[in-house]
Amino acid sequence: MGSLDIVHLKKSYGSLSVLDDISLSIEKGGFLVLVGPSGCGKSTLLNTIAGLEPITSGEIRIAGQDVSGLKPADRDIAMVFQSYALYPTMTVAQNIAFGLEMRKVPKAEREAAVKRVADILQIGHLLDRKPSQLSGGQRQRVAMGRALTRNPQVFLFDEPLSNLDAKLRVDMRTEIKRLHERLKTTVVYVTHDQIEAMTLATKIAVLKGGVLQQFGTPAEIYDNPANLFVAEFMGSPSMNLVKGKVDGDGRAVTVARASDPLRLPVRANRILAGYAGREIIVGIRPEAITDPRTDNGGDPSVVVSDFRIDVVEPTGADVYAISELGGRQAIGRCSADYPVRAGEVSRLAVHTSKIVYFDPESEERIA
Amino acid sequence: MTLATAPLTTDRPVARRRRVGDALPQIVLAPSFAAVIVFVYGFILFSIYLSATSSRLLPVYDFIGFSNYVRLFQLPNWTLALKNLAIFGSLYIAICCAVGLLLAILIDQKIRIEGLLRPIFLYPMAISFIVTGTAWKWMLDPGIGIAQTMHALGWESFSFTWIKDSEMAIYTIVIAAVWQSSGFIMAMFLAGLRGIDGEMIKAAQIDGASAFQTYRRIVIPQLKPVFLSAFVVLAHLAIKSYDLVVAMTNGGPGRATEMPSTFMYSYTFTRSQMGIGASSAVIMLMMISAVIVPYIYSEIAGEGRP
Amino acid sequence: MTEMTLTSDGRPRRASGSIATRAVLYVLLLLFAAYYLLPLFVMVVNSLKPLAEIQQGNMLALPREWTAAPWVSAWDQAQIGIQATGLAPYLWNSIKMVVPAVAIATMLGALNGYVLTKWRFPGHRIVFGLMLFSCFIPFQIVLIPMARVLGLLGLAGTTPGLILVHVVYGLGFTTLFFRNYYEAFPNELIRAAQMDGAGFWQIFTRILLPSSGPIIVVTVIWQFTNVWNDFLFGASFASPASQPITVALNNLVNSSTGVREYNVHFAGAILAALPTLIVYVVAGRYFVRGLMAGAVKG
Repeated sequence: MGSLDIVHLKKSYGSLSVLDDISLSIEKGGFLVLVGPSGCGKSTLLNTIAGLEPITSGEIRIAGQDVSGLKPADRDIAMVFQSYALYPTMTVAQNIAFGLEMRKVPKAEREAAVKRVADILQIGHLLDRKPSQLSGGQRQRVAMGRALTRNPQVFLFDEPLSNLDAKLRVDMRTEIKRLHERLKTTVVYVTHDQIEAMTLATKIAVLKGGVLQQFGTPAEIYDNPANLFVAEFMGSPSMNLVKGKVDGDGRAVTVARASDPLRLPVRANRILAGYAGREIIVGIRPEAITDPRTDNGGDPSVVVSDFRIDVVEPTGADVYAISELGGRQAIGRCSADYPVRAGEVSRLAVHTSKIVYFDPESEERIA
Repeated sequence: MTLATAPLTTDRPVARRRRVGDALPQIVLAPSFAAVIVFVYGFILFSIYLSATSSRLLPVYDFIGFSNYVRLFQLPNWTLALKNLAIFGSLYIAICCAVGLLLAILIDQKIRIEGLLRPIFLYPMAISFIVTGTAWKWMLDPGIGIAQTMHALGWESFSFTWIKDSEMAIYTIVIAAVWQSSGFIMAMFLAGLRGIDGEMIKAAQIDGASAFQTYRRIVIPQLKPVFLSAFVVLAHLAIKSYDLVVAMTNGGPGRATEMPSTFMYSYTFTRSQMGIGASSAVIMLMMISAVIVPYIYSEIAGEGRP
Repeated sequence: MTEMTLTSDGRPRRASGSIATRAVLYVLLLLFAAYYLLPLFVMVVNSLKPLAEIQQGNMLALPREWTAAPWVSAWDQAQIGIQATGLAPYLWNSIKMVVPAVAIATMLGALNGYVLTKWRFPGHRIVFGLMLFSCFIPFQIVLIPMARVLGLLGLAGTTPGLILVHVVYGLGFTTLFFRNYYEAFPNELIRAAQMDGAGFWQIFTRILLPSSGPIIVVTVIWQFTNVWNDFLFGASFASPASQPITVALNNLVNSSTGVREYNVHFAGAILAALPTLIVYVVAGRYFVRGLMAGAVKG
């Protein structure tokens, strides 16, 4: 296993830039997830790491070695494709062994390698079948098996779960996580699903329009999104982004409501002195607007207020309470047994310590 | 053997270091491409040049401008060939499309024996025009063919002498050519019919359209691309048609069924008028290009950009 | 037709009870079938009659006296050109020409299609466009230079010369077939093979070729039918020793000397048509696919 470093990588087609000065690195054994909406460049970035697409400038280092001039087969990587890309005319065993065969590994060793990954992935009984005889989940396993045989420096996954149905997707996600923990492999994983990103990653890179928006641990990305795009993209339901006005001393923000305005104190380490008196965007995660619990009585960072509830959406585990905040619909997340009803007024607690603030022009996070 | 990776889904230039082996794909393609460049485009240029020379039995490398073309269009045989092509081409295209569409619609009515009928309609396409010509030549022969059969069956006054009649002989070639190609056009229309969204037809039914109206107003207008393909295929076959004419009438009676293709052949190889022959071939190429080039252009330019 | 309604899947279908419409439909279709089968029927029936029976009588009638003599004559006795050899030697000429011409053109077409879809380079569209156009040119435009080049190469009047001609002018279509087939072949599989370390040839032989069965059949049938049925090139470039059967048949039928042996002509015509007809009967599905691929937008 090896580390991966991407240094000032640029890729453009003529004047059209598709990847703009991207620098990232993931340590040996880390799990890097590239996430973003479709067309953000995440798959292109993965393909440049794989060597399937050329880069315009910059460097890609695998285990410290610059591989940007090498062809895919010489980069010591393996890849799991979105469509699985299993060779239709070969059996599962032949598919898995093909990469070794191309590298002129002796037959006995190939057979041993096939057996090893078949055991890891529990696909021993499928080895003689053709890909067309497999279910979606089985094809997925074979595709991973093909990548696993070679013990490469880095594994690349290109949206590997997007062709599976919802239930299987969750199972395979867990399995990939377990596999990673067991094998301690370095992984680069592309997805558009932010839940996959959060659950699997040790580091997440959020991309949009070929530009790296934020690079950090899942917790950093979730708690301190770098800008409005990341804030909105990561988390489901999305972070509430409402207009608020900073008080004179920058120690509180007031958010207008149809009823009374809501005044939210600013955490001591986030004082917005520079924005005193100006309008900003306030970002509050749904779980930070919740039912008041007895154990946060007296905590000055928790503001309890009456909210007029417009819509209630029970999900089973939680109840989403939707009410107007700063001219927009804001979602709060309460426990299922909390009695909120549409059209009525409920008391909700706002945990202000989890609030983040954005500049409305630059859309960057201020604090 | 070292290979760079090819950009698979784009045709944008690969901006990266080149190795010697990178050119392997182009090297593999090169012999075929070179053959096409020489044997097709080089030869076309050579023929165009010949058409501007006074070559007769053998090529002469002089230059006489457009005089061959001027002479060509003064030759009654050539104007006759063009007239015959116009008659043959328009009837061939029109009848093949009509018969093909009719057959396709008929066979698309949940016919139980479709699997038997389709191959029967299509098999003539597998046969050489020389065979087709032979069969129809004798079938339409007044001495032994259908006319004779009618007489044997008691219809003494029956007469069908088109193939011996210089006014009518060209129509017998239409009959044989339609027999050969209409099943293929049927297959094209059938594929088109089966590609039409069934829900639209249901909607037309709910709107109260009869089956006839549904075909005329909903289905046939959607077959426009098939008509276009059929036109291109048939027009180019018509311009090139040579074998069938040779086998059925050999251009006769007299030169009554002369076509541009037979004209070119006889002027070049039997009358030793190579310059004239070459200029007639150039005109044929121009006619085909007028039909094919827009079609190929739309085919290549129109297909999915990445 | 007005009584027909359309079923749920959009296929028109008989309205319940309109048996008359249905009958008309079937009668029409059977009449057309008779029209298409008529020439074949006439050829077969009359190839089994003595000549006198044709001259006196009814082309549509079955033989009163069955005879295989016309077939024997067409096979190895009939006068073709100046020699009474029958069609057999020319059938061999056709076979010797068609087998290499099909094999080479198909192989090159597969490689060209592979390069033009999976190893694209700037200008691949133009290259393909030029090759595609070459399928449609009127061959009259290349006859004169081709005759001279075959002469220069020492191939004039020989079977290898005809093979060269058929390979060159068949390339456009064979390339088109493979290109359209490989265009639909998933690029991810090629990428996976690249990652697995396979090179240009390995990807072709191990990944693409094993999946190319249907298109190989389509291409082989197409090229076989075209080369076998060719007349123009055979008539222009062959000598009596290398003439294909189509040219020989035409010489047989259109020779102006002697008695016209119609029964022999029909037997010869069937002989010339038989190989392609057999292919059509065995693999008609692929034949039609080839026709459509050559005509309808891929």
